Parts: sequence; C-alpha cells; structure tokens
Amino acid sequence: MQHLSPSGRLSLPSPSRRTLLRGIGGAAALGVGMPLLSACGSSGTAADPKTVTLGSNASDAVPKKAFAEIYAAFKKQSGITVDVNTKDHNTFQEQINSYLQGTPDDVFNWFAGYRMQFFAAKKLATPIDDVWQKIGGNFPDAMKALSKGEDGKYYFVPLYTYPWALFYRKSVFQQHGYTVPTTWDQLIALCKQMKKDGLVPIAFGDKDAWPALGTFDQINFRTNGYDFHVELMAGKASWTDAKVRKTFDHWAELLPYHQDGAVGRTWQDAAQTLVSKKAGMYLLGTFVAQQFVNKADADDLDFFAFPEIDPAYGQDTVEAPTDGFMLSKAPKSKASAVKLLEYLGTPEAEAIYLKADPSVVAASSKADTSAYSELQKKAYAMISGAKHLTQFMDRDSRPDFTSTVMQPALQKFVRDPKGVDSLLTSIERQKKTIFASG
Amino acid sequence: MTVDTTNSPEAAAVPPPGTASPDKRAVQGHRRLLTRRDRFTLALMAGLPTILHVALVWVTALASIALAFTTWDGIGFDSIKWVGLDNFRELFTNNPQFWPAVQHNVIWFVVLILVPTPMGLFLALQLDKKIRFSRVYQTAFFLPVVVSLAVTGFVWQLVYNPDTGLINSIIGANKPGHYIDWIGDPHLNLWAVLIAASWRHTGYMMILYLAGLKSVDPALREASALDGANEWQTFRNVVFPTLRPTNTVVLVVTIIEALRAFDLVFVFNKGAQGTELLSILVTNNIIGESSRIGYGSAIAVVLLVISLAVIIPYLIATFRKERRA
Repeated sequence: MQHLSPSGRLSLPSPSRRTLLRGIGGAAALGVGMPLLSACGSSGTAADPKTVTLGSNASDAVPKKAFAEIYAAFKKQSGITVDVNTKDHNTFQEQINSYLQGTPDDVFNWFAGYRMQFFAAKKLATPIDDVWQKIGGNFPDAMKALSKGEDGKYYFVPLYTYPWALFYRKSVFQQHGYTVPTTWDQLIALCKQMKKDGLVPIAFGDKDAWPALGTFDQINFRTNGYDFHVELMAGKASWTDAKVRKTFDHWAELLPYHQDGAVGRTWQDAAQTLVSKKAGMYLLGTFVAQQFVNKADADDLDFFAFPEIDPAYGQDTVEAPTDGFMLSKAPKSKASAVKLLEYLGTPEAEAIYLKADPSVVAASSKADTSAYSELQKKAYAMISGAKHLTQFMDRDSRPDFTSTVMQPALQKFVRDPKGVDSLLTSIERQKKTIFASG
Repeated sequence: MTVDTTNSPEAAAVPPPGTASPDKRAVQGHRRLLTRRDRFTLALMAGLPTILHVALVWVTALASIALAFTTWDGIGFDSIKWVGLDNFRELFTNNPQFWPAVQHNVIWFVVLILVPTPMGLFLALQLDKKIRFSRVYQTAFFLPVVVSLAVTGFVWQLVYNPDTGLINSIIGANKPGHYIDWIGDPHLNLWAVLIAASWRHTGYMMILYLAGLKSVDPALREASALDGANEWQTFRNVVFPTLRPTNTVVLVVTIIEALRAFDLVFVFNKGAQGTELLSILVTNNIIGESSRIGYGSAIAVVLLVISLAVIIPYLIATFRKERRA
C-alpha cells in the first residue's frame, strides 16, 4: 500500500525507512548548484520521435505499477514508447531544482499550485496551452485554475487528487449516538462529549511537522475565507493581522481536545488510535485509509468536511492536493510529449490509475465514477462541490518558508499555545526576509 | 611543502641498499635521477590528492564563505544576489532556532566529556586487567560505535516512542493525561537523545583508552606498587599522566563529535524544538526544495568559525610543544 503524505509524498512504509532515505537523498543532493552532477538519469540523448522520457517520483510499488499500465495503454494507442526514469520520491523532490536545470526528462511528475507556478516562473517548464485546447473539456474550473502559471498559461496536467477532512468510525458514532458536527459550536460540544465518554476527541501526531500545517489550513480558511488564506500563503497578508490571531484563538480552543504528546508521534501512530477506536476523529487526507488494513475497519471509516466557523464562508473551501505532470523546459521529442500529456488528461488514463490505487480520486470531472468505493464517491462529491480548492500549505506557499519557518513554529504552538503573539511576530519577521529574497 | 617535494624524490630514487647493484649506470644516471615514469608517477601521486584537496576542501569552503553573503535559490548562477551581512543579521536576531542550536551543540560537547568519556576510561581500565571474557565485553561495548548512527537513532526512537515505546510501555506513561513525550517535549528530548549519543560514545572512548593503556609501561606500575601506592594512587599519579597523548586525542575526537552531531538527531526527530543543532539548520536550509543556499551557508560559516576557534588554539599549543621538543 502506498503512503501519500499531504505534501504529496508517496512515502515509504515506515517513518524509519523514510527518514533514512531522506538522509541518503540529502547526501545525494550535495550536488546542489552543480546541475551536471545531479542531472543523472536521463541518459538517452538521441531524440527518437517515438520515445518520450518521463521523470517519475512514483517509487512505491502501487503507483509505479499503476503508471506503468497507463503508459502501456498509451503505447498501444499511439505507438509511442514512454521511457520511465523512476527515482525515490523524497530524493526526486529534494533534487528537483538541480534536476530541472540539468537535462531533465521530457515530462515529469509534479504537484499543482504554487510549487508548479514557481518552476514555471523560473522558465524551467514549457507552457502547454495546446494540450489544454484538447483536454480542457475534461476538467472542472477549479482544476483549470490549479494548472495555470502566474502568467495565465497552462503548465500542468492533473491526474488525481484527494481531500483533507475529519475522519471518524461509523460504529463509534453509532454506539455513542454522536451526530456529524457542521458548525464550530457543535464540534466543540462533540469533543467535550467524547472526552466525557473516555475517547481522545481528535487524534493527532505532528512528529513529521507537516500534519499541523493541515490543521492550520482548515481553521484558517474557515475563519477568514479562501481569499485571505491565499494572500497569507503568498506572503502578502501579514501574520500579525488580527485575522490570523483569530485563527490561532480557534485552534487554541480546539487544541485541548487533541491527542497529548503530538510532537513526538507520527501520523501513522495517531491513525492507529482511530483504528483501535480510542480516538473519535482525525483530521487528515484520505490516505489515512491506508492504516485501515482490515477490511471491516476500512468499511467502517467515514469522513465529513471541517465544520463551518464563519457563516460568510461556510464550508466552501476544500483542501485537495493534486498530483500530475509537467513538460520540462526543452523536451527532446516535444510532439510525442504533447501527445502523452493529452492522453494523460483523458478520463481513460485516470480510470487506469484509479483501478490500481483506490485511495485517491480522478481530477477529471468526466472520469468513470461507477467503480468508486463509498469513500471515493464521497471524496469526489466533496471536491467537485467545492467553490475553492487549496493544495496544502507547503504547496500553496514557498517551500523554504513552510519548511524552515512554519513547521517548527506550528510544532511550538501545538506544544505551547500560550506564546502565540511572539510566535506570530517571529513568523512575520522571518517571512519578510524570505519573500524578499526573490 | 617545497622542501618536501625537492627532497623526497631524490631520497626515494636512491635504490635501497639491499638490491642495489654496483652498476655503472647508477653513476651515469646521477644527472637524471628521475626517469620520465618516476616524474609522472610523482606528479600523479602528489598532484591528484592536491587537486582533490583543493577542489573538495578549499574551493568548497571558500565558496560557502562567499555564498554566506548572498541569497541564492540554487537556480542559475545569475540569481545569486549580494546581500552583505544580511544573512548573519537575520540569523543572530530573527531566527528562533539559531541560539538554541548553538547552545545544544555546546551542551552536547559538555555532556560527552563529562559522562561517556570517564565511563569509557573506567571500562577500559577494567578490561585492561585481563579479566575473563574481556573480548566479549569489548565487543559488546564497542558494537554501538560500529552501527551506523542513523540506525542507532532509529533504534532509540523505538525505545522512546510515546505510544508503543519500551520506556512508556513499562512505566505506563502512554495513556491520555500521563504522556511523557520523550521525542517532542523540548525539556526532555535533548537529554533523551544524549543518552543515545553517550551510549555510543562510551564504546568509542573505551577503545581509545584501551589502546592508550596498552602502551603504559608495566614497569611503571610495578615500580609504583613497590613504592606502596594503592590502585587509585597508581592510576592518578602514574597511569593517567602517561595517558596524556590519548587524552588529547579524546578531547579532539569529542569536540569533533559534538560539532558534527547530526544523524542521530535527524533520524530521532529531525531537530524539532529542543534538539536544534547547527548541522541540522544547515541541512534544512540548503538541501531539498527550500534551497536557501546563502542563508544556509551563513549558518555553515558560523559552524566553521566555532570549529576554528577550538582547533586553532589546539594546533598552536601542539606546534609550540613540538618546537620545544
């Protein structure tokens, strides 16, 4: 089973291997600034028009096989071979800068949103408006917006997506007679009741430092709306704004109902408390289902959208990280690469992928949903009904800002919510420097 | 350096006395002691390491010093921007992780010197007494040193895991309200990880001291025993002073260990609050997508300055001693 972490990492079976490989990736990334060194991989220099090279980060078995099936189907249809160059997921991500500057493959796996726009703005990707003329009809407007660079051109073909929500077990809710909360007050009341009933209201593990980013996202766009959230992520709005303070006040109100000792716990361990019915709810992406190995447990899993905080915004925003493909700056066989991207944007390609990997849903609105599981159907409805889609803090903002400032800052907040004012001042000061550095 | 290169080739070119034949050619060839091949070999042997050394040590070190005064996202050399001392100003005044990191590196050193080093010396003294199974003990104590630090970190992380870890399971501290968060709590996690580091460092120190003890002349001990000294007096006044060279090595090794501490913590909790270290800050800023190469270099320069501040006085002292000798 693959592990999708919210930052889109198809990560490894255990935190251990993951961190170990991260270290190895770190060693390998010593070639930063020496593009030639790290641009290993794409060796074929001869531009065979019948071959497209593709840089893949799908190093885990399930997605790797799913992608291979797509490429096989593409070859049958077009006669073009896809030469896949798979790298370990984290290594791929960490080397992306030097990879794209060297001799990248024609097409490569990447994420929608700010992270895509960043490389588009750096001229490390080729616009693909021609592809979108053919596939545009397959996607809802929200997906179209996610696939555009800052210059309004298309740079990205989305393949699949998955939502973040509050997960719970139907049997637990039934047993205690709980109802799904739709407003903030109901959520707090439910948490209180769960605590009385001897449950951990909200499971939480922030050892990997990214889960807290997801909690912040939910509370912030419910409190202040999508527009402010985007401005804040883009570094335009101030972190010392009273609105941000309000978000943290809400969070501080909810924090006592979160699982203790979160900073030392991995998300997998936190998910296990939901599996064992010790916790009532868990805010995470649909990949939490991977921890429900037992079929009976998996069928018992359900989710609901994060409750409304301000009626002006309701539940109109859904956090739905989206993965897909981009075209590198100077593809060797561009015509074939464009054909591949056109194929990847079709409902058929998505159907092949989803058959192999049921933890996500198709990005296209035309994909066949008849084979979806209950959870997938619900996820699909949630995403297609959303007015706004966000990606996740580390995809919606600068990765240097989120990884070096926000991750430690939110860990600190989770542990000690009292010092929030000085924390926000510190975030704002650091943000200014980072966003000023171009 | 220059003295070396001119002298040693000649010395090396003189045929060893055993195999030298009283041939006339040796006299004739006096003008050109070095054949072409010799010179080539020499150039290769001296040149290659020099090139590698310059490229991998000096160029990179100087490049990071230069980059410390710039901002650079790692994309294209034209995006390097000169910012003067901004990185350092930001580091010293705005970075909430920097001063804790410096402090933790210092604590790391102090703890390593105070706990595992005497412990290693103690073990070495016991093992030096040729007790039974001393090989077995040696292996057992030295094993943690052989194991990669990343593995050590992983193993200890299992011990400290708040929910399923060994310690919390035994003392029952894994229930809501009673959690002891060894990995996340900044008052605990540095000490937790230092126990792991000390566990490993003890074995390292033991081996160093054991080697040192082997070189202590048994006659010295005998003499002090004849003079009526007890074991403690012998150790304090005879053995320990003769371990002086070992102590120097131990000190240097421990300083290096404290400054380069990284892998254990990175695996343990990625340097979360309470366990920030300079090396981890460098990595977090430079490697990966964040690519704040200028800023990360500034942290690396601070680390370099600290290392130099420790190493230079040591080198001066050593050279002074050598000159006197």
